Amino acid sequence: MREVRFSFDDIIYRGHQGEPMAAALLRSGLLSITNSTYHGRPRGVVGLGVEEPNALIQMVTGAQESMLPATMIELVDALAARSLTGIGSLPESPDEARYDKTNRYVDTLVIGAGVAGLQAADEQLRAGREVLLIDDKPGPGGHLRDVALDLPSALRDVLTHKNITYRSRCTAVGLYDQNYVVAIERRIDNPGNSAPPGWSRIRVWHIRADRVVLAPGAFQRPLIFANNDRPGIMLSHAAATYVAVHGVRIFSRAVVATVDNQGYRDAVRLHHAGVQVQGIYDARPRAGGPSVKAARAAGIPIRFRSTVLDTASNAEGACRSITIQDLDTKETFQKDADLLAVSGGWTPIVDLATHIGIKPQWSEKHAAFLVSHSTDRLCSAGMLAGDFGGDDDPLAFFGPALDSTQARCAYIDLQRDTTLHDLRRAVGAGLQSIEHIKRYTTIGTAHDQGKTSGMLTIGALCQLIGDDQSGISGMSPADVGTLSYRPPYVPVPFAAFAGRERGQLSDPIRITPLHQWHVEAGAVFEDVGQWKRPWYFPRPGEQMEDAVRRECVAARQGVAVMDASTLGKIDIQGPDAAVFLDLIYTNMFSTLPEGQCRYGLMCKTDGIVFDDGVTTRLGKNHFLMTTTTGGAARVLAWLEEWLQTEWPDLKVYCTSVTEHIATIALVGPKSRQLLQELVTDIDLSKDAFPFMHTRFTTIDGIRVRIARISFSGELAFEINVAWSYARHVWERLWALGSAYDLTAYGTETMHVLRAEKGYIIIGQDTDGTQTPYDLNMSWIVSRKKEFIGKRSFQLPYLKATGRPQLVGLLPLNNDEIIPEGAYITVHNAQKDEYGKTRHIGYVTSSYYSPALGRAFALALVDDGLSRMGEEVAVPIGNKVLHATICDSVFIDKDNIRRDS
Amino acid sequence: MIQIPCPHCGLRNETEFHYGAEAGVAYPDPNALTDSEWTKYLYIRANPKGWLAERWVHFAGCGRWFNLWRNTITHDIGPAYLPFTTQPKSPGNFGQEGSEA
Repeated sequence: MREVRFSFDDIIYRGHQGEPMAAALLRSGLLSITNSTYHGRPRGVVGLGVEEPNALIQMVTGAQESMLPATMIELVDALAARSLTGIGSLPESPDEARYDKTNRYVDTLVIGAGVAGLQAADEQLRAGREVLLIDDKPGPGGHLRDVALDLPSALRDVLTHKNITYRSRCTAVGLYDQNYVVAIERRIDNPGNSAPPGWSRIRVWHIRADRVVLAPGAFQRPLIFANNDRPGIMLSHAAATYVAVHGVRIFSRAVVATVDNQGYRDAVRLHHAGVQVQGIYDARPRAGGPSVKAARAAGIPIRFRSTVLDTASNAEGACRSITIQDLDTKETFQKDADLLAVSGGWTPIVDLATHIGIKPQWSEKHAAFLVSHSTDRLCSAGMLAGDFGGDDDPLAFFGPALDSTQARCAYIDLQRDTTLHDLRRAVGAGLQSIEHIKRYTTIGTAHDQGKTSGMLTIGALCQLIGDDQSGISGMSPADVGTLSYRPPYVPVPFAAFAGRERGQLSDPIRITPLHQWHVEAGAVFEDVGQWKRPWYFPRPGEQMEDAVRRECVAARQGVAVMDASTLGKIDIQGPDAAVFLDLIYTNMFSTLPEGQCRYGLMCKTDGIVFDDGVTTRLGKNHFLMTTTTGGAARVLAWLEEWLQTEWPDLKVYCTSVTEHIATIALVGPKSRQLLQELVTDIDLSKDAFPFMHTRFTTIDGIRVRIARISFSGELAFEINVAWSYARHVWERLWALGSAYDLTAYGTETMHVLRAEKGYIIIGQDTDGTQTPYDLNMSWIVSRKKEFIGKRSFQLPYLKATGRPQLVGLLPLNNDEIIPEGAYITVHNAQKDEYGKTRHIGYVTSSYYSPALGRAFALALVDDGLSRMGEEVAVPIGNKVLHATICDSVFIDKDNIRRDS
Repeated sequence: MIQIPCPHCGLRNETEFHYGAEAGVAYPDPNALTDSEWTKYLYIRANPKGWLAERWVHFAGCGRWFNLWRNTITHDIGPAYLPFTTQPKSPGNFGQEGSEA
């Protein structure tokens, strides 16, 4: 093995390439790795893998991961890391590593490449199935790796079979319905991996398998006793592995506390590696089997019905001496030891199974929760299924009886520093459900999610609830049940889930055919859904406010132009199109003559306004509907739902044409004059081409459809042209426009202009509870026909008084723009018994109007339409603004400018 | 994530679909109903423990609505069927006592 150097807390250590960092630190004598988060007690390595509760590390090199267990970090030259107390911090700089994902469909997915997983894979391969085998360790063998044994010869060929894919360092983090598994593969952090540049650091696997075999193995669990958290107190299997496999030589005298034969096997390994094992203290009354025989043969003293009660530390806080208690006589005695190896039994990893609601079953024989689930599609194997493979014979014992002083330093969850005392308080507070206790004590809620503490909690709880209630001790873990674990099984960096969908790729960007022109014109953009829309077009030195005022003035006094291509457009055709639109819109469309346009409002069945827009009749059976920019997909889905599920007999076809047709809005008193220069074969005069009419014509031979539609209240023409010709038509307007001081405007000016006319924006001036009546739009509700939502207008609560209604608002101070969203109260509002002032509504749209020379707003106010002229108050922080309620149309109430 | 058998496209991931609540609730004649009956049509849908015939739309695929038996407890998927066709029998009795369907 190649030697490497790495740094930990700025000290250089040596280690072997690829070995766990925890092993190298221990070998160097670093027993105490960090101080605990809440109690500040020294803590060292406890476990072997992802169950490690103490040795969490902040990486300084690589992707600078904020919290990794030192047991899972494989050493590589020049690696640097820091100890961590509490939560790690994310690096300042962005993560430059690549992350990606893959989808895989397989016959059989085997989770866990230990002996059981390999056997299951072998069986599946022999049955002719394709197998994907994943395991979170760097190599196959599971438990065998920890005891430095090779795979049994029968299993050596499994990994070379042509129908198997094996992925090491690949952790299944979630099991979902219908055998969907998400796994995380760590691909380039490990040494010895000559990954080509550009390889992703972590790959997220989305796996769908006909069969899933769960063979995840088990975690060894600790015991609850006083001062059970000192450095030098480790899980026996971990201690024996660090000593026997990784050459850790820092321990001279060991004590083993056990409830099963695993403790004996680990004692023998420690003994053979040169550690003086002072004794095995076994909570059971007796034990037998080869493991016990081997310990006897090694001359290790064994004492039954005894366990650890307490420990004492040296000056550094590490374990120095151990108090053993005879469980029958309660006598205690001391043993000096710098290693206390604890074997509290095995806890099979039930996490994945519980993700999909499988309830693990308690087995007294195994002193563990098992998953014996077995169907054609999902089964467990190995330790999870109860095959512990040895002579373990465990006792369900979690620790000796402790007094209240001892309980305060008897740790259950090392990361959360929660003790037996905390658990007693929870039970004392009346909590019994394991899920409630978890939340009350925070046990199992840290980085390790209770991998070692969960079963201890259950065990301790059994005693507490039994004692507490009726003196019946020995309530079974079967009565408590396991915690429900949720994905992910181990922490997953967000960057892995984000994959390549970061930055520009995080969401699709939709642009209009005029986008590049806007960019060149210096537009400031705003996001409207996925669309990039020009917000305003500042000239050099202009602030937003200046630009918007200039754009507004141009539209009201000269001529201005806007790119309205993002409008949703739905082409509706078929012999029943008119009938259908009558059902969809609150107003009538079947009476609309060909070549004309009509504004329409649509409601859901509950009578609430849902979308609006202008629909044009292009032929007897042909309409073009426009929707709000954000509502296009919603509206099309709504139309389809009715056609498919309620009125399949209607012959109507709906097609999204949003990106087929670009729309240019030419607005202002001089718009006609400018456009007439470009369009010579039709007469644009008021009488020949009235408001809400449409005409086809050509510009430079390009077919265009011009419509007199106005969202500004000004004389306006909409030029509709094929997406790919839009830039040409736009450029032609600009070529002629210089003589008219043609001005480009963005969405902010559009909003000011439409608000001045009281034109609503669905979703801004409505909040999903307004009927057309609430919006003062009773004129658009047909009494002659049936339509979706009409019946709801008869419901008492929609007819009741007190409903918020759309009104205008004029601030008493002309220049004061009231913030949108601000609450409105009555004038001189009194505080109620709770010291609160009741609000009567809120501001939905608020702008400065150059045309009015003052600020104005739209608002939803309770009974607002009956409050015309009323002065209201708008409290903003410590000051109160005053405003008067008025009609929501501020400009050209008689539509003379619009229709001119 | 469940997989749903679209009658037109076959088995696809749930993320391609939108949910449409209980199947088989026809749009009534609005004017034939009392306020309370109409409100029930607007807001009340069966939500049993167990098997439920539901509406789904394959919005990211063929865009078509269809109906599907699904077990709300086990997430098991039963047969899918097209609107205005005969509803297949419920795949099981589990949880049927809670059903209003």
